[in-house]
Amino acid sequence: MPATSSKSAYWRGLRTALPFLLMVFPFGLLFGVVGTEAGLNLAQVMGFSILVIGGASQFAALQLMTENAPTIVVLASALAVNLRMAMYSAALAPHLGAAPTWQRILVGYLNFDQTYAIGVQEYETKPELSIGERVGFFLGAATVFAPTWYFATLIGAVLGETVPPEMALDFAVPITFLAMIGPALRTPAHMVAAGVSVALAILFAGIPYNLGLLLAAIGAMMAGAEVERRMGAR
Amino acid sequence: MEYSGAEIWRIILLLGIGTFLIRYSFLGLLGDRPLPDWLLRHLRYTAVAILPALITPLVLWPQATGGETDPARLGAAAAALAVGYLTKNPIWAILSGLGALYLLLYLIG
Repeated sequence: MPATSSKSAYWRGLRTALPFLLMVFPFGLLFGVVGTEAGLNLAQVMGFSILVIGGASQFAALQLMTENAPTIVVLASALAVNLRMAMYSAALAPHLGAAPTWQRILVGYLNFDQTYAIGVQEYETKPELSIGERVGFFLGAATVFAPTWYFATLIGAVLGETVPPEMALDFAVPITFLAMIGPALRTPAHMVAAGVSVALAILFAGIPYNLGLLLAAIGAMMAGAEVERRMGAR
Repeated sequence: MEYSGAEIWRIILLLGIGTFLIRYSFLGLLGDRPLPDWLLRHLRYTAVAILPALITPLVLWPQATGGETDPARLGAAAAALAVGYLTKNPIWAILSGLGALYLLLYLIG
C-alpha cells in the first residue's frame, strides 16, 4: 500500500478527532490541579498522565491514595475502572490485528475511550480501508488526544499550587465522576448497576482497607449483567 | 497522603503496565477471537459499577466537613449527575456541579 494513502488517513483521523479536544483538555487540567493539591510532585503527576493515560483510573487511584488505601487496593480499583478497555481491544482486533507488532503496541498504548470510539466507527463505515490506512487513521486521532492530555496535566499541575482552598476542589473529583456516570446511564441495566453500586458502597462502608469498594463493584457489575440477560431473554 | 516517593512511583508504574496489558490484550496477546457473551456482558458494566461506589462516601461524608453530611455538596452532586444524564455532556455536568457547589456554599455556608 502506498504511504500516501496512510498519510491522508492519518490527517483524516486527526481532523475527525479535533472537535473532541474540548472534552479532553479540562479533564487533564483538573487532574493536574487535583493531583498537585493531593501532594504529588510535578514528575509524579506527569508520570500518571504519560504512563497510565486514562483519566477515570487516574482520578480513582488519586482518590484512594488521598485516603491512604493499601497499594494493592489502589491498583485493583484503578485497573477495574480500565477493564472496559479489554472490550475495546477485542473490538479493534479484527480491524488492526494484521498490523506489525510495533504498531499494535502503539495502538494498545493509545487505546482509550475516544480513540476507540472514533476508530471503530471509521472501520465499520469504511471496510475497504487497507491496514496501513486503518493504523494511520487511529494514530491521527491519537495525535490529537495524547499530547493534549499531557499538556493539560502539565498546565494544571503548575497552576495547582496557586489554587486557593475557597475553591473547594476537594469536591472536584466526585463531581468529575458524577459527570461521567450521568451520560453512562444509557439503559435500565446501567441504572441498576449504578444503584446497586451506591447501595453496596454504603452497606460495606465499614470494611477496612477500602475493600468494600471492590466488593460493591463486583456486586454491581453482576447486577447490571443479570438485568441485561433477563431483559434480553424476554 | 502518606506514601513514600518510591511507593507512589510503584503505583504509577504498575498501573501503567496493567492498563497497557488490558488495552493490548486482544490486539496483541490473545489475537482476534470472539469473547464469550457472559464476559462481554460483565465488562459493559465495569465503569458504572465501580465509579458510583467510589464516590458515594465522598458525597455523603465529605472530608472537607470532617465527615458531616453537607447540603451544599449534596446539591452539587445532584446537579452534576442530573446535567450529565440529561445533556450526555460531561463538561456541562462538571461546570453545573461546580457552579451549584459555589452557589450553595455562598447561600448556605
